[in-house]
Amino acid sequence: MPSATLQPGSRIDGFTIVEVAHRGGMAKLFSVSHPDYDFPLLMKVPAVGGGADPATIVGFEMEQMILPRLSGSHVPRFVASGDFDQQPYIVFERLPGQSLYHRLEMLPLGQAEVADLGARIATALADLHRQDVVHLDIKPSNVMFRETGEAVLVDYGLARHLHLPDLMDEEFRLPYGTAPYMAPEQILGVRSDCRSDIFALGVLMYFFATGTRPFGDPQGMKGLKKRLWRDPAPPRALRPEISKPLQEVILRCLEVNPARRYPAAAQLAMDLKDLSKVALTARAEKIRRDGLAEALKRRFNPDPIELLKEKTAREAQGKAPIVMAAIDLTDSSVDLAEELRLTLQRILDNTPNARIACFNVLKINRIALDKEVDETGTNLHVARLVQLKHWAEPLRSPESTITHHVIEAVSPADAILEFARQNLVDHIVMGARAHSTIRTLLGSVSGAVATHAPCTVTVVRRRSKRGG
Amino acid sequence: MKIAILSDVHANREAFQAVLADCRSRGVDRFVILGDIVGYGPDPGWCVDKATELAEAGAVIVRGNHDQAVATPSSSMSSTARTAIDWTRDALSPAQKLFLAKLPLSVTEDDRFYVHSDASAPSRFHYVSNAEAAALHFSRCGARLSFCGHVHRPALYSFGAGGKVTSFAPSSTVPIPLLMQRRWLAVIGSVGQPRDGDPAAGFAILDTDSGELCFLKVPYDVEETAAKIRAAGLPDSLASRLSKGT
Repeated sequence: MPSATLQPGSRIDGFTIVEVAHRGGMAKLFSVSHPDYDFPLLMKVPAVGGGADPATIVGFEMEQMILPRLSGSHVPRFVASGDFDQQPYIVFERLPGQSLYHRLEMLPLGQAEVADLGARIATALADLHRQDVVHLDIKPSNVMFRETGEAVLVDYGLARHLHLPDLMDEEFRLPYGTAPYMAPEQILGVRSDCRSDIFALGVLMYFFATGTRPFGDPQGMKGLKKRLWRDPAPPRALRPEISKPLQEVILRCLEVNPARRYPAAAQLAMDLKDLSKVALTARAEKIRRDGLAEALKRRFNPDPIELLKEKTAREAQGKAPIVMAAIDLTDSSVDLAEELRLTLQRILDNTPNARIACFNVLKINRIALDKEVDETGTNLHVARLVQLKHWAEPLRSPESTITHHVIEAVSPADAILEFARQNLVDHIVMGARAHSTIRTLLGSVSGAVATHAPCTVTVVRRRSKRGG
Repeated sequence: MKIAILSDVHANREAFQAVLADCRSRGVDRFVILGDIVGYGPDPGWCVDKATELAEAGAVIVRGNHDQAVATPSSSMSSTARTAIDWTRDALSPAQKLFLAKLPLSVTEDDRFYVHSDASAPSRFHYVSNAEAAALHFSRCGARLSFCGHVHRPALYSFGAGGKVTSFAPSSTVPIPLLMQRRWLAVIGSVGQPRDGDPAAGFAILDTDSGELCFLKVPYDVEETAAKIRAAGLPDSLASRLSKGT
């Protein structure tokens, strides 16, 4: 076997082996150097031959196919790969520090830290899913962090690219994954649903917040399938200091039916970044597991769960956008506000899984930052929030999908753009200022947003009644 | 080197022209046509002339069952196909018929094998429409990359170290890496009569440098071809199926 001969000083295709970085069951990792690359490199060499698991080879092939097609800060940068003819290997960027696995002995972590880690991982997942890849093995040892704080997802041996052949699915009958983290549909053989990663992240957050794995570490199919009918103890039953919003978020990720989970990782990230905006349901109030009789009823009479076919999974991509409605409550005419609402309603009607963030800027002056309370003693911020909710009230949508945000800022355009970037907004809907004189004096907010936004922008304008 | 692989043109001039124009804009170096240049469609003469021109410039072209049926009528064809072939026979010149009759059934070039149907019996024109049929091909063919047509729906099969055949229905134009350690069989969609539910003309481009295969679709003037089919008095079903891509 060729890999047995690799040792410090060995050279392959211009890479020099420096040292063994990690010895795992499926592969060996070496730190390597190459004169053309000025960042740290890792070489992954699969353990093939002998009694190696056949999944090792296929997993390596999957990684060889998928990793070169990924880009961005949330994946390790791909450098090179070698074939089985000579020496199979993949070289990619070596990330600093250790994986989340090394935090396991410090569990449970505080709520703020769990939410922060969860938000960063969810943001990374959103980026991965946008590239049509489902990771299917999200767990602490596969999560690393850049020095700048972004989560990086590693190990694509079980991953699925929705537009490439799935070698794993065809080669093996049994589902592959890591037992504690596998989503119910993954256990049933579905390998194309992005919401499986949201489930795994829910398991991770549950574990990190409580110190206990929600479904233990079962061996064998029977144990794995138990999560299809047996609900875990609510996090607050194990640790009462966990807040209701965090429990709401975790239990929504852990819903058996993927259709009841967050429809997109970006929506989950948005909730985790501001737990105060989470809409609470019965999940937040749950204080104990369901009775055994109820659980057994589910076992023998299971609720149907949505098992996505591949084609549907591809079509589902992008069907759960975050839509930001930026409304100017001081300047807009009643007509424009109505027009904006109609546009939003059309979006909601076409994409029921959309998450709507109604956004308003409370403009403050650079000099006077203390005008928080007006003459009548009403808190301006609260008043504005009430106004915003009133405006959004006629929108017909499931309760949990609309949130309201009032932000104090000097520049409305900058505030809108910052919010859109932070929350991975897919679509900004906003009104055009009515009076051209004001627009000339102040500059067009919608123009600035449309120019600099990281996403689609719809500018709503009321058609002039005189046909001008 | 970029190799454009086309199949099942079926005398559809508009689709053939659209695909050739697209290939030129993508900087294709070579052309391969996996048979069935004629049959079903209204422009067999033009398509054979174009194929002859490509062959003279170095294109690889293999014979399909419809090309063969011009000289040797087949008893296994559907009545619609037979009606169209009888019409085609009258529409072609002796030189055009000779070109079709002399095409080889398969061609091997470097690590690539080209055939209309499959390697197990090229002259019997089996359909590779599932993993079992692909497994039969792999058992008879040692080439690392095989390309066939005949089915009119694109598919990609692979044969790995584990001895199992994987199958995949291409769903986008994302280039697919044909990993070195596997053998691959690509069923190329049809230029002139696609049956994958999308009326656009199907073909593929292999990049031998990156080792990637890209399944592509190009729209063409379906209404024009359908009108010609009707004007030629060919069965109406041959015209109507084009707009549905079935």
